[in-house]
Amino acid sequence: MMLKVLKYSFSDLIRSRWSYVYLAFYLVLGFVLLFLNENLSKAVITLMNIVVVLTPMIGTIFGIMYFYNSREFTELLLAQPIRRRTIFLGQYLGVALSLSLSLILGLGIPFTIYGITQSGQIWDFATLLISGTFLTFIFSGLSIYIGLLNSNKIKGFGYAILIWLFFAVIYDGIFLISLIVFDDYPLDKFTLFASFFNPIDLSRIMILLKLDISALLGYTGALFQKFFGTGQGLIVAFIMLLLWVAGPMLLMVKKSTKKDF
Amino acid sequence: MRLSIVIILLFFINHIGNTSVWNICPSCQLKSLEEALDRAEPMDTIRVQKGLYECVDIEINKPVVIIGDEGAVIDGLEKGYVLKILSDSVTISGLKIINAGKSYTKDFAAIYVYRANHFTLSNLEIINPFFGILLEKSKNGNVHHNKVYGVSQREDDSGNGIHLWHCSNVIIEQNEVYGLRDGIYLEFVDDSKVMNNYTHDNIRYGLHFMFSNRDEYVENIFENNGAGVAVMFSKFILMKENTFTHNWGTASYGLLLKEIYDAEVIDNSFTENTIGIFIDGSTRINYTENLFEQNGWAVKVSGGCYTNKFFKNNFIGNSFDISYNAKMNDNTFDGNYWSDYTGYDLDKDGIGDVPYRPVKLFSYIVNKTPETIILLRSLFVDIINFSEKVSPVFTPDNLIDNQPSTFIFQ
Repeated sequence: MMLKVLKYSFSDLIRSRWSYVYLAFYLVLGFVLLFLNENLSKAVITLMNIVVVLTPMIGTIFGIMYFYNSREFTELLLAQPIRRRTIFLGQYLGVALSLSLSLILGLGIPFTIYGITQSGQIWDFATLLISGTFLTFIFSGLSIYIGLLNSNKIKGFGYAILIWLFFAVIYDGIFLISLIVFDDYPLDKFTLFASFFNPIDLSRIMILLKLDISALLGYTGALFQKFFGTGQGLIVAFIMLLLWVAGPMLLMVKKSTKKDF
Repeated sequence: MRLSIVIILLFFINHIGNTSVWNICPSCQLKSLEEALDRAEPMDTIRVQKGLYECVDIEINKPVVIIGDEGAVIDGLEKGYVLKILSDSVTISGLKIINAGKSYTKDFAAIYVYRANHFTLSNLEIINPFFGILLEKSKNGNVHHNKVYGVSQREDDSGNGIHLWHCSNVIIEQNEVYGLRDGIYLEFVDDSKVMNNYTHDNIRYGLHFMFSNRDEYVENIFENNGAGVAVMFSKFILMKENTFTHNWGTASYGLLLKEIYDAEVIDNSFTENTIGIFIDGSTRINYTENLFEQNGWAVKVSGGCYTNKFFKNNFIGNSFDISYNAKMNDNTFDGNYWSDYTGYDLDKDGIGDVPYRPVKLFSYIVNKTPETIILLRSLFVDIINFSEKVSPVFTPDNLIDNQPSTFIFQ
């Protein structure tokens, strides 16, 4: 049943104009970047900045928009003998999957044409797409949860944007300031810890490590290098991202079963 | 009486006219290098044929030429020096030297040259020595086409590949050194040239200069060493067309300049080093036409650096272009290419109309609190960098490239 809801949401979104706009945006971005750079590894670095900031934002906005727009359809479904969990998870996965597909196709096509599969950067690029997908899942989940919490659209939109802004900018600001203020204390453990609680930071670090500046991170001290320089760090970061996907999803399910529509 | 004098004279003339060749091999009349050296007259040639020869502390006291055939191996039995050259005009080539001694109190070397002039050491292969080639108080020599390598793990129990102390006018070229402490080390060495060498995977430095003046090193490749090249307390050094690459690691760098005066750094390439050039207390140095690509820090400037000039360099894709730890600046950075430059060029003269500020606020922050590097390339950092660019508060406000190039220099 969930698959059916997923299919409906997915095909609904796939047919919508915005999915194509999003896809077209990535296609154009990919081609322009490669046209200007010619250098795959540099294009990957530039892309990182965009993916890490943009995918969460699009995920957030799309998630909340879709949730409010399909309210009537949701109410129709709620009247049917379907479990609430099924309905909302189906919708969520529909949004997240269609967005991820746009991302993967939109960037995958130009880079494949320019021969990423034959180059040494294939794994950097794969990490980029994987973390982009993770971010899409995390932030569309968060925004649907916010939608469930707020019936007021304006409020919901506001909170969703704020969540994105918080993780993309404000969190790093607080992080940076606390690092500077507590300069006299040993900070490496705190830094490691703090970077785990922001999915955007986490995926940024994951990509940076792939892009061979792990030694640069090593500059800060042995702990960093030991942790991020090895496969262990990558695995922990990966698990952390999975938890970040699971968290909003669980909250969403919990809220949806209790919510009074 | 008269006859004997004539005979003796004839004997000498004979020897001056044509020098003789002494062959040694396991089945020859002469079985060891020592015997051959005893019999050889000055300017003779000793040909070492294929075989294994044991040599410990052999002193070469007369000008001879020692040539090894392919497969000629000298075994030092891990006991001390192998060959000691104590005479002028000695040439050694084509030997393979194994098992030189190791010591914590003496600088044992596979080849040791002391107070000698006009020596040539070439085509030698020295495997796992303490010091490979050690030259002391010698002049006018030539060390070329040698291969010195080991499997050293620690700095304190390993020696250097090619080590010069108090020498002058020595040419070191086309050597390959790896797996030792320092690849090539020069201390109190003047007027010498280091060219076309390839030093890689050494524990400490690829090339190490101390108190050496008027030297040049050209077209060398320094790869994956603890640090590429350290030049310290020296004057009038020319560094040209070298490649510094993959010197990654905690506080590792391609080139370290400490207390250097009046040097030229021209047309070198620095790629993928944690720090491209680390400059400390160095004055009147010109950096022209170098390439800095994909380094953590392209140039890190510490205190006491005055009137350095950066001109026509390419800075491409470095995490940080320039890092300063002070607010004062006496160095110029005009006329370089910066890949991070975002200005425009309306009159199309190839010079950007807006000045470029190579020092970012974030690099200043990282200098103060190294842990903040974890925020590299995050949106917040981009925002604060931008605001600092618009109105500099923390970074030296006269550190500007007034004529940033809009194209990459070839």
